Amino acid sequence: MSSQILFFILASLTIVSALFVVFSKSPIYSVMWMIFCFFTIAGHYVMLNAQFLAIVHVIVYAGAIMVLLLFTVMLLNLNKESEPHKSPLPKFAAIITGGLLMLVLLAAMHSSTLPEYSSPAFSDVGYVQKVGTKIFTEFLLPFEMTSVLFIAAMIGSVVLAKKDKN
Amino acid sequence: MDNFIELTKLMTPAILIPLFPLLGFLLITLFGKTLKKGSGWLASAMILASFICTVYIFVNLPEGQSLNFTVFEWIKWGDINLAFGLLIDPLSLVMLLVVTGVGFLIHLYSIGYMHSDEGFSRFFLQMNLFIFFMLLLVMGNSYLVMFIGWEGVGLCSYLLIGFWFKKDAFNDAAKKAFIMNRIGDLGFLIGMFFMLFYFGGLDFTSVMIAAQTHEKGSALLVTITLLLFIGAMGKSAQIPLYTWLPDAMAGPTPVSALIHAATMVTAGIYMICRSNILFALAPFTLDFVLIIGVATSLFAAIIGLKQNDIKKVLAYSTVSQLGLMFAALGLGVFSSGMFHVVTHAFFKALLFLGAGSVIHAMSGAQDIRNMGGLSKYIKITYITFLIGTLAISGIFPFAGFFSKDEILAQSFANHKLIWGILSFSSMLTAFYMFRLYFLTFNTQFRGTDEQKHHLHESPATMTIPLILLAALSVVGGFMGLPAAFGSAHVFSRYLSPVFEGSVSIMGAEHHLNHATEWVLMGIATLAAIVSIIVAYNIYISKKGLPEPDAEVKGFAKWVGNKFYVDELFDMIFVRPLMVMSDIFFVLVDKLIIDLFVNAAAWVVGFTGRTIRLVQTGNTGFYIFAMVISIMVLLYCQLVDPYLYVYFK
Amino acid sequence: MEQVIQHSNPQSWYLVLSTILFSIGVMGVLFRRNAIIILMCIELMLNSVNILLVSFSAYAGNSEGQVFVFFIMVVAAAEVAVGLALLVSIFRNTASTDINVLSKLKW
Repeated sequence: MSSQILFFILASLTIVSALFVVFSKSPIYSVMWMIFCFFTIAGHYVMLNAQFLAIVHVIVYAGAIMVLLLFTVMLLNLNKESEPHKSPLPKFAAIITGGLLMLVLLAAMHSSTLPEYSSPAFSDVGYVQKVGTKIFTEFLLPFEMTSVLFIAAMIGSVVLAKKDKN
Repeated sequence: MDNFIELTKLMTPAILIPLFPLLGFLLITLFGKTLKKGSGWLASAMILASFICTVYIFVNLPEGQSLNFTVFEWIKWGDINLAFGLLIDPLSLVMLLVVTGVGFLIHLYSIGYMHSDEGFSRFFLQMNLFIFFMLLLVMGNSYLVMFIGWEGVGLCSYLLIGFWFKKDAFNDAAKKAFIMNRIGDLGFLIGMFFMLFYFGGLDFTSVMIAAQTHEKGSALLVTITLLLFIGAMGKSAQIPLYTWLPDAMAGPTPVSALIHAATMVTAGIYMICRSNILFALAPFTLDFVLIIGVATSLFAAIIGLKQNDIKKVLAYSTVSQLGLMFAALGLGVFSSGMFHVVTHAFFKALLFLGAGSVIHAMSGAQDIRNMGGLSKYIKITYITFLIGTLAISGIFPFAGFFSKDEILAQSFANHKLIWGILSFSSMLTAFYMFRLYFLTFNTQFRGTDEQKHHLHESPATMTIPLILLAALSVVGGFMGLPAAFGSAHVFSRYLSPVFEGSVSIMGAEHHLNHATEWVLMGIATLAAIVSIIVAYNIYISKKGLPEPDAEVKGFAKWVGNKFYVDELFDMIFVRPLMVMSDIFFVLVDKLIIDLFVNAAAWVVGFTGRTIRLVQTGNTGFYIFAMVISIMVLLYCQLVDPYLYVYFK
Repeated sequence: MEQVIQHSNPQSWYLVLSTILFSIGVMGVLFRRNAIIILMCIELMLNSVNILLVSFSAYAGNSEGQVFVFFIMVVAAAEVAVGLALLVSIFRNTASTDINVLSKLKW
């Protein structure tokens, strides 16, 4: 019973913080809510016995990506309400569309036959040892390729962000 | 069995014969820029290699045998199986020897003749390609393979006539040759369709066997042979498709010698000889061939009298000689026709190359009214040209005498009137050839001082082929000594296995008694000598000169303008076609076709103009469009089937 | 030593949660015009997919789903780095992060 309550609390926190990300006026607040949202998602991971991912998630997302975003927001001095007044029609349309998409997705989920897990096979699959073994045996080549991807991304961002001499 | 093994041994050299020129063509195409002048020697070497292979087969092929084999399976559908095969028998061997032998000499000559031309490599690669197609034409064991060669030589002829493509007139001549050949080729093609439909195959053996199941002179056989003869008419420049050949002299002189005198134009004769059984079964067509041949022979000889361009005279004499050959075929004496093909190849190639040498010495001038007295400056050309002229005039013992005499004797046995016409045209030939000869080489030089200063004998690469061809023109006739000389006719006996079928269908040839033959020979020689004396009298004793074009009157003007045949064709075919195309252009093209085409274009343009407005450049709008599209897709793919089942 | 957490929540809860999260992400992308917020909303969508994958992985007892999530994180990190670099250079040129300023590519 307590796990159900825990899930509902976490889930509602996730959704509410995600909504705040979208609706906050200031980008700084958006980023802050985003970090909070990521922590709750990490909580979900822990509940699903994915400890390794939970840790990586916190480190990579909350620690690295969001700090990068925060830095950018602050360096570009976007802390004020940069968006000029916008007519309500597109906003309304956005909300309607988002809601419709949710409906369609839920209907699709409802109409498709998903595997029913009557008794969840909670086990140690999410532990560092298990995931690590998988990564370094079966997925070794993709794992090595990610390093290439990172180098490409690093070089790309440096080239893009460098000021033009002219 | 031994025989079989011996024949299979000859297959490799047989395949090599056409491959050498093809290799030469490819090499010069790829490396012509690097080879530079070497490409001429390479091309000549390739032809020499083919010639050696041919001689090897000629020596080793057992007498009376033929080599007929499939190189690869080609077209196969239903009951029809068209293989790519080669056939080597005495007939094709004779042609092969002529094509590669004379072809080699002309290649050698061209090295000297073309030495300063900027298209040197291009010339040789096209010549090699021509030889390749000519060899295919001669060696094919079916009408289809022959047709490939047939079309290929037409293409090369077109390319080489228009070799100096910067001159519009030359391009027009090339196009004229190509189009006229196409008319003939259409006949050939339809004839092939007929054969394929009624005989179920195109290889010579099966066609001949199938043809013999039909009644002699049946409509089908007459139709097929007439269609084939239309093809031969185009290729071998017979009335009414002869006008392209004189114009084809626009090409370089070696081309005229090789393609338009020695080899390609005789393809029609070769084709009819190849189908001799088919033609023997259609007497009507043979009569038709005879009439066309005789008419062409006389007509071209008359036109030749009044031509003042050294190459044009030779061109008309070629047409005339081809007519003579067709007359022989029409009489049913195929081997005599082939014999004249061979001797004609020798002396006409010699004459053309000699003319080339003269043109070379004259720095490109071709009008004989501006020549004269050249014998002092270019001795070798002078002597060899004299031999060629004597040979074509039919003076004993030169090559032309024997082959011509054979045809004349056969025509006498067949029909006196035909003999009369052919003898008359031979007389005319002797006259205009000596007119050409006297005007070019005797009396005084009539050109400019600059030309006179420049007069010189051609280099060795040009004179050696001349000497060799002159030798062949002298001795070439002895392989066909008539029976009256007491020895057997080597040439016709060699070819006899090929013509067995037609001889058995038509019955034995008429044999004249030897006394008549002697008399006929005497008359022919006498006629030739009289013509020569007349020509001597006019052009040397009286120092007569052909008038400038403007002063020619009466019948001579008609002759000088080639009886206005070109103008006639222009009026009957070209103008109406132009008018019709104008009408179609305005009515059909502009009004109807353009309407549809423009409407289609307008619809596309309008749609584009309208739909492009969707590209607003507004990123938010794009995202909206994307999300809504994804939603629709998801709905159609995942949700709809369920709801459909649910509501049912 | 390590203890496996046991509970009996049905998996469909996680499916619904991730759907809602994804829809919020999409709505955010449509709603906002600030490119940085849009970037964050994309991260949100990625994370909803991650939750889905992890839940399937956990319920099926198969760790491959988690390896995928790991790779998605890698790609997301690279994407954010490049995306922010792009943003910076756009900002340098237009002095704005509003996506509607970039409307030159039309017609």
